[in-house]
Amino acid sequence: MLMLLFFCYCAVVIIGTGLLAVTLRNPVHSVLMVLILFFHMAMLYLSLGAEFLAAVQVIVYAGAILVLYLFVLFLVSLKEELRMPRFVSSAWLGRLIAGGLAACLLYILPVFSTGARGNWPAERVREITPTRALATEMYSASVLPFEIAGLILLVAVIGGLLLARREKDSSNTNG
Amino acid sequence: MHVLVLLLQILVLFAVVMLHVAYATYFERKIIGHMQVRMGPMRVGWHGLLQPIADGIKSFFKEDIIPEQADRPIFLAAPIICLVAMLTSLAVLPFAPGWVLADINIGLIFILAMSSLSSYGVILAGWASNSKYTFLGGLRSMAQVISYEIAMGLSLVGVMMLSGTLNLSKIVEAQGTSFGGMYIFPQIIAFFVFCVAMLAETNRVPFDLPEAETELVSGYATEYSGMRYAMFFMAEYIGMIVMSAIGTICFLGGWNGPFTVPGVPFFWFVLKIYLFLFVFIWIRATLPRYRYDQLMELGWKLLIPLALANIALTGIVKAIIG
Repeated sequence: MLMLLFFCYCAVVIIGTGLLAVTLRNPVHSVLMVLILFFHMAMLYLSLGAEFLAAVQVIVYAGAILVLYLFVLFLVSLKEELRMPRFVSSAWLGRLIAGGLAACLLYILPVFSTGARGNWPAERVREITPTRALATEMYSASVLPFEIAGLILLVAVIGGLLLARREKDSSNTNG
Repeated sequence: MHVLVLLLQILVLFAVVMLHVAYATYFERKIIGHMQVRMGPMRVGWHGLLQPIADGIKSFFKEDIIPEQADRPIFLAAPIICLVAMLTSLAVLPFAPGWVLADINIGLIFILAMSSLSSYGVILAGWASNSKYTFLGGLRSMAQVISYEIAMGLSLVGVMMLSGTLNLSKIVEAQGTSFGGMYIFPQIIAFFVFCVAMLAETNRVPFDLPEAETELVSGYATEYSGMRYAMFFMAEYIGMIVMSAIGTICFLGGWNGPFTVPGVPFFWFVLKIYLFLFVFIWIRATLPRYRYDQLMELGWKLLIPLALANIALTGIVKAIIG
């Protein structure tokens, strides 16, 4: 019962802050709403026993990615609102597409079923702690996808370096 | 009943830590005073012993000034975010065997998560005050905390690999009771990286660029006054205590000492924390401030590669021995 209440609280806050994040006028306020959203997502993970995921959610998303968003917002300092041409010409068409997407999601919902499945049922994960379970799975069975993801990130880092690197100006010889 | 006991424990811990924060400021002023051949606070009470109490009462009754152009809700919330994030990390610290509020499995990364949250307080304070000094302080703090958090997290990975756990009590137990068991010996590189990153994370000298009294007139806290200013101060000192505790737990063997003091199981733990705090203050009295590009260079080009090398080294040695 308590867990259900907790879930309802988190769900309401996540939906509410999600809506506020897209409707608030001040971009910094929007980012703060997303911060609260991320925290409640971490709380949902915690209530499911995924403690490592919850901590990583806070460290990576709240602690790093959102801070970078804030950094960008501060540096560009939007004094006036940006007016973009509409992506979908009519508002009702947009509402129809959004409604259709929601219907699709609701249609898929019954596929989710609870209960033990696969190599890692909840009891076994709890026994050796989620952190260890995740690490064991990631560095043994899924080591190839893990390495591929690492390589993709490396490519992104090198791309970032290439963009940020300034060629030494040849005309400026005193430097 | 259980909830009441827990609440009482939280209250006791809060009171003890707040007293420590108050007297850490006294400790700091006295030590820096003597290092600079002056007396430090002397007027209030014997050798100025009541000075922190007087300061606390004074800041409590001062006017809470809010700039007219400030973003009011964020301006008001920022110091509270700082303080709450820091206080929350106290919950997972084991002061003695069994003396911990929440003995969670992910203690170490929980503390990293909370310290990344407390940087929000500083950033938002800098932005919401709507002043150039505070804004620069906030930007500097943001870049600094992001950079050094990576180095700090990576330096602790070696400890995680040796102990095989993220639970802080188990990390202490894994080091055993012998002197040679302390992780400072096998993880000396990580300890160095941790100590430097610790100074940067808590915005202390020589990395106090976000405050930088001489150039930014105390940076992100410029527009704050009274109790809210005091909250930033408290958060900074609690941060110092938490970082000292992490250093003690991960590298200096936690509550273990050369002999057990009967009746005071936390004796060695607290003593080691005082040692760390003394070093914090000693460094402040000794070193000048880093320049901003030097700070970034040190973090990205020295500390992070060192910490990564330490991880690889620890892994190789562990694979060969174990």
